[in-house]
Amino acid sequence: MYPARFEYHAPGSVEEALEILERYGDEAKVLAGGQSLIPLMKLRFAAPQALVDINRIQGLDTISEDNGFLSIGALVRHSACERSEALRGRFGVLGDAAPQISDPIVRNRGTVVGSLTHADPQGDWGSALMAAGARLEVVSSSGTRTIPLDELFQGPFTTSLQPNEIATAVQVPDPGTRAGGTYLKLERKVGDFATVGVAIHLSLDNGRVGSAGIALTGVGPKNLRATAAEEALAGAELNDDTFKAAADAAAQDAQPRSDHRGSADYKRSVVRVFMERGLRKAAETASA
Amino acid sequence: MTEAAVETGRYTHPVTVTVNGAARSVEIETRLLLVHFLRETLGLTGTHVGCDTTSCGACTVLLDGTPVKSCTMFAVQADGREVTTVEGLAPAGGLSPVQEGFHEEHGLQCGFCTPGMMLTATALLAENPDPSEEEIRWALSGQICRCTGYQNIVKAVQYAAAKGKEG
Repeated sequence: MYPARFEYHAPGSVEEALEILERYGDEAKVLAGGQSLIPLMKLRFAAPQALVDINRIQGLDTISEDNGFLSIGALVRHSACERSEALRGRFGVLGDAAPQISDPIVRNRGTVVGSLTHADPQGDWGSALMAAGARLEVVSSSGTRTIPLDELFQGPFTTSLQPNEIATAVQVPDPGTRAGGTYLKLERKVGDFATVGVAIHLSLDNGRVGSAGIALTGVGPKNLRATAAEEALAGAELNDDTFKAAADAAAQDAQPRSDHRGSADYKRSVVRVFMERGLRKAAETASA
Repeated sequence: MTEAAVETGRYTHPVTVTVNGAARSVEIETRLLLVHFLRETLGLTGTHVGCDTTSCGACTVLLDGTPVKSCTMFAVQADGREVTTVEGLAPAGGLSPVQEGFHEEHGLQCGFCTPGMMLTATALLAENPDPSEEEIRWALSGQICRCTGYQNIVKAVQYAAAKGKEG
């Protein structure tokens, strides 16, 4: 399969990339890992006039902690997250999601930020990072702004990112030392989308749940924030009753549809089981 | 800003890619996929096109030592980088340990997935010379074999790992 022809630019700096984007209006696309964009171009669902390949820009491939945020740069591959010590423990929701993205070879190329801007409604990173309360750092010629993920996702494959903007990093607020999380995913085989994915990110406060971020994959038209489950957890004691109530709430938050991956009832049931299992693990990590 | 970056209306790009140790400089269409650059521009047909949809891994090559699916990368992105294909695995006059393992353990039947499997196995052993069976299966999980049931592929990688320890 051959994509439609395109002009190719490989700028050496973000400033240069922004100038090129400005010139093309909405006719150019940013190329990072290409594991979603290139398949779309091969199928000719996308036929941009130009590609702006940011892979040669220095400094976008780091995971760093600074000013109360963990920052994952636009060129950080899934495989780098899989290996990163920084994404274990209190950022366990991210570290546990990383090895479950697609397959090992795709993970060598694909990027976290690229997954977010692609905004696949079935994407795993969308849920994991939404649970972690992340925001996207975005630059344009008029400056830098941040977009909370809840505001980024407008619908399937649609974001609030503007054509003249480049997402340079995703930033996750420091949850404190008493925090933990996990991402549980049911997939039929390696590389498949989630039948169900559950992202859990807990912060403790005096031995009780302080705040909880819960998001669901594969059981709605987009990455869903499980608000009833979050409310059931906020301020609650750490015990099986709390976990069960939150699991029931998440199952109600889910909006599953029956399809080839399973019936709606089955998916709701998996949400419940994954919630209880994941909450126990997250609480254990946070209490350690 | 560089000259190339401001030029519009142009759909080709000069690249220099080091393939199996030899630098190759060519003017190519920007939309040319890496797999077609290897097979058609350079005539290295050991890299196979399987599903052409990033699923099967038959087109896997090493980019600076890391496995990538060459159907899901533009050749122009490999400019200035090193690519290893199955043609680059064998040392002069012999087989690499991974190739020998696939031969000795019957790690293939039809052979279609074999080049990609061997490249991924080579990268795995470079990073982890003594992988467990689970680590081998995990590393190869982005690739599909329709003949072997994977059993002999795993044995082939284990053979190569053991061979590496001897050496």
